[in-house]
Amino acid sequence: MYRYDEFDARFVRERVAQFRAQVARRLDGSLTEDEFKPLRLKNGVYLQLHAYMLRIAVPYGTLSSRQLRQLALIGEKFDRGYGHFTTRTNMQFNWPRLRDVPEILDLLADVEMHCIQTSGNCIRNVTADHFAGIAANEVEDPRPTAELVRQWSSLHPEFDYLPRKFKIAVTGDARDRAVVKAHDIGLRILRSKDGEVGYEVMVGGGLGRTPMIAKTIRDFLPKKDLLAYLEAILRVYNLEGRRDNKYKARVKILVHEIGAEEFARQVEEEFAKLDGPSIAADAQEVARIAAYFAPPAYETLPARSLAFEAAKNENRAFATWASVNLFPHRVPGYAAATISLKAIGEAPGDITSDQMRAVADLAERYSFDEMRITHAQNVVLPYVKKDDLFAVWEGLVAAGLATANAGLITDIIACPGLDFCSLATARSIPIAQALAHRFGDEKRQLDIGELNIKISGCINACGHHHVGHIGILGLEKSGQESYQITLGGDATETAAIGERLGPGLAADDVPDAIERIVNVYLARRTSGETFIEAVRRLGLEPFKTAFQEKTHAAA
Amino acid sequence: MSAPKRPPLPAILLANDLLDGEVVFWTGSAWSPLPGDALVARDDEAAAQLEQAAQAGLAAQKVVDAYLVDVAVDAAGVATPRHYREKIKTEGPTTRRDLGKQAGLYNIAPAGN
Repeated sequence: MYRYDEFDARFVRERVAQFRAQVARRLDGSLTEDEFKPLRLKNGVYLQLHAYMLRIAVPYGTLSSRQLRQLALIGEKFDRGYGHFTTRTNMQFNWPRLRDVPEILDLLADVEMHCIQTSGNCIRNVTADHFAGIAANEVEDPRPTAELVRQWSSLHPEFDYLPRKFKIAVTGDARDRAVVKAHDIGLRILRSKDGEVGYEVMVGGGLGRTPMIAKTIRDFLPKKDLLAYLEAILRVYNLEGRRDNKYKARVKILVHEIGAEEFARQVEEEFAKLDGPSIAADAQEVARIAAYFAPPAYETLPARSLAFEAAKNENRAFATWASVNLFPHRVPGYAAATISLKAIGEAPGDITSDQMRAVADLAERYSFDEMRITHAQNVVLPYVKKDDLFAVWEGLVAAGLATANAGLITDIIACPGLDFCSLATARSIPIAQALAHRFGDEKRQLDIGELNIKISGCINACGHHHVGHIGILGLEKSGQESYQITLGGDATETAAIGERLGPGLAADDVPDAIERIVNVYLARRTSGETFIEAVRRLGLEPFKTAFQEKTHAAA
Repeated sequence: MSAPKRPPLPAILLANDLLDGEVVFWTGSAWSPLPGDALVARDDEAAAQLEQAAQAGLAAQKVVDAYLVDVAVDAAGVATPRHYREKIKTEGPTTRRDLGKQAGLYNIAPAGN
């Protein structure tokens, strides 16, 4: 994985010193809250309901054991012994004290981490496919691109005060696991007909108040042109994006208002004017970055592991976990293992300091010292020998992390919601917990199969509800929490925004409503048909009818 | 920070401590971490005093995000926010009863700090 050079290290340390001075000036009264707020936000410090919140960047979701251990230490020393992984693959601490933040930032700098640009109207943490470097059909590992974009966008002087926040995601695979079409810019690495590697460039995706699927504005962009093209996009947005209304300030609104064709025309015009070679990163620097993402020192192994097969035969729980939580690896004899942070009844994405240490130990011993954080709020051990999987699973069982539900109905994405977030209009975590209890039976989950439920506690959609197969949005209605249910959303390369099934429900009625929807699927699916495939084939009506029966019954 | 609109009465004044972020309540003379210490304003004059205290707390760099919250007062005199958001803010996360005010984490600054 990427390691800081002397410039990176100095940059991050200087930023810590700068923020320490800003905090001191806030505390001595030299800075008012209005003056301080944008400064703290640029360093990932929010004020939430009960306390400050610190959001730590995990670039493209890649972490080393040493880094996770440091997060465990910070959680223990400065928080309440746990952290929370977000849909942007960042880690949030919910209880830090402002006076401790400079010290926390120093501890992060010790392990090449920071909180820069995890908030504010700037280019945010760049995300990527969590199976980067693993998936068999991948054209190229997306992380060198993501790292290049991260370096280019860090404190970019022209793009430090954009009309609104700006999110970029990269996938190296036609199968999209990074939700690139719900990003301000989505990049897909692909190969042209003559074998050249480049990017499909998608712009104007986003969730929130006005959900939009990104539009392709360039079918193929040569790799060398990436930064100049991004600069052209950001320049058009920076000049033309609205600043008079924060709800209309994202690039998706601009793309929607002037049309993708006109937006592309303006970008191409700007791109033609730019001096591309002067913007492109030096070839040596690109090679230096790429070298950090070279494959680890894999052993030559047979594709089939006798030890793995024997362990599955002897241990049913392990066999179930292996059938659900493993992802096929391009290298024979290896697998990628998803560690679910969705134990039944726990808050999605939460992990205790003890669990962080357990995961760090397993990654160090069995996965070349590396792990990935997923946008679905889970952790992946990317390079596990099949021979070692049983030992890994035993370690996970001991840490309470062996829940076999990756991709199933209880692998729910949920934002922190009103239990923590000051922007939320309703709670998310209790809904996730109630649904996990309702559908937690292992046999039942396996029978239902792949089904993504995504829950947001407000219209800002941090819980990605629009692209959930079943989406749940918590709102306030007449002083009560009310939950809108959507159906048919899709977060992959066939991205789609879910449609509302009917009026909002009280929290207590949500599990029954979801169960009725699931029952329609179970009754009407064809052999091997997944939930989302059945929704596409059947259309909304049968589900809507079942949903509204519930609503009427409750009324 | 502009002053939020005054809510219906009775009301209390809450904020977050600047240094630590902890939710604090105006007692009439100081900021307390204990919800039970909150001064309850029952008329416009008392509410105006809470608003003044909010402005003073913000100006003195003691608190942030200070605003009035309408409450229900029970027979024993205990004030509880009427809105679920402020109730959660006053008590702590409903999913973690071991955290927040409800867990007895009342110290703004533990000994030694």
